[in-house]
Amino acid sequence: MENLINIGVRSIFIDNMIFAYFLGMCSFLAISKKVSTAFGLGVAVVFVLGITIPINWLIQNYVLNAGALAWVSADFASIDLNFLQFIVFISVIAAVVQLTEMAVEKFSPALYGTLGIFLPLIAVNCSILGGALFMVGRPYNLTEATVYGFGSGIGWLLAIVALAGVREKMKYSNVPGPLKGLGITFILVGLMSFGFLSFLGFSL
Amino acid sequence: MSETVEKVEVKKSEPLFTKKNKKLITNPLDIDNPITVQVLGICSALAVTTQLKPAFIMAVSLTIVTACSNVAISAMRNSIPSRIRIIVQLAVVSLWVTLVNELLKAYVYDVSKQLSVFVGLIITNCIVMGRLEAYAMSNKPGPSFLDGLGNGLGYGLILMTIAFFREFLGSGALFGFKVFDLIGLHYQGNGLMLLPAGACIILGIIIWIQRSMNGYRETH
Repeated sequence: MENLINIGVRSIFIDNMIFAYFLGMCSFLAISKKVSTAFGLGVAVVFVLGITIPINWLIQNYVLNAGALAWVSADFASIDLNFLQFIVFISVIAAVVQLTEMAVEKFSPALYGTLGIFLPLIAVNCSILGGALFMVGRPYNLTEATVYGFGSGIGWLLAIVALAGVREKMKYSNVPGPLKGLGITFILVGLMSFGFLSFLGFSL
Repeated sequence: MSETVEKVEVKKSEPLFTKKNKKLITNPLDIDNPITVQVLGICSALAVTTQLKPAFIMAVSLTIVTACSNVAISAMRNSIPSRIRIIVQLAVVSLWVTLVNELLKAYVYDVSKQLSVFVGLIITNCIVMGRLEAYAMSNKPGPSFLDGLGNGLGYGLILMTIAFFREFLGSGALFGFKVFDLIGLHYQGNGLMLLPAGACIILGIIIWIQRSMNGYRETH
């Protein structure tokens, strides 16, 4: 249990998807002008990361790894399908996003109203594929991978809502013309990243 | 005069380097830069730029992937049903990325280790997807190739600029070569430049300089 809390805290604060790895920056910068839409996108990312990482964990450990197919038949024990990793992962992500979109539309039209337009975008959000690839590189079991998925999503949500809050206030400040918009946003992200650096000192 | 122009356009084999096609290469370098103007492909631009060498390899890989997938999608554009086009595009791109990844592992293993997941993340790099959607889906393979090449070069330009400053100020080296030791000076590396925060601030400043030069403004 303690281990799971560690992984959760680590993935939210120390290994934050945005401030430590810069994953999912495109939508992070494009959709952070208003807190409400930023929150909607953030929730959708938490949701999709939480679902796709365990699924990709199962695929990696029961299909792709060297010798992982031994559970089907002993003849397959020598097969290594790792070279298919990218194409399988991205298909799983695209399929899950599509299914999630259809399920949300059917069962919760209200949630669809807020999340709907963001869901297709998430298939090409680097933090989802990045999360899956990082997961493969770490010795997690299924529960740990799930916690890692949700934790990374929450970290991303936290970052985008924080930036949107700052940018809403930025509208009222007098920024030099050429620096307006993207330029100042990058500098802001840099400064916020400093803040998150202080979590590096935590030893868990 | 106008007749000859029309004739050229009717001909199937349009010369590859017309004025219009040259623009496809030069525009992404400055006024339509994928990173600083279109705001695409930021993740890798910040993550792989601590040193010049991985940044260079990354820029080359992305240029190859963008140009090749542009050609492939452009050739298939009339037979892709629009409802499933994202999945088709992702499949084509991941094919090229898998090829590039295997090549990097075979020939430059150390850099491939250093780039870790970021080669794989070219699949979801918004530059590739953005060019496929915006250009290759509605243009012929030839110009699409040039468009992919131009955007790859524009990305590479910014990537190399950031990497130059980060490696030079961060560890006093260029391509791993200690410049300061050569002229007999000791340089105390600036750790900030090697951190994620340094990359963001450098990119912010590059955008500031570029926009004051070309006059591009964002309106809110």
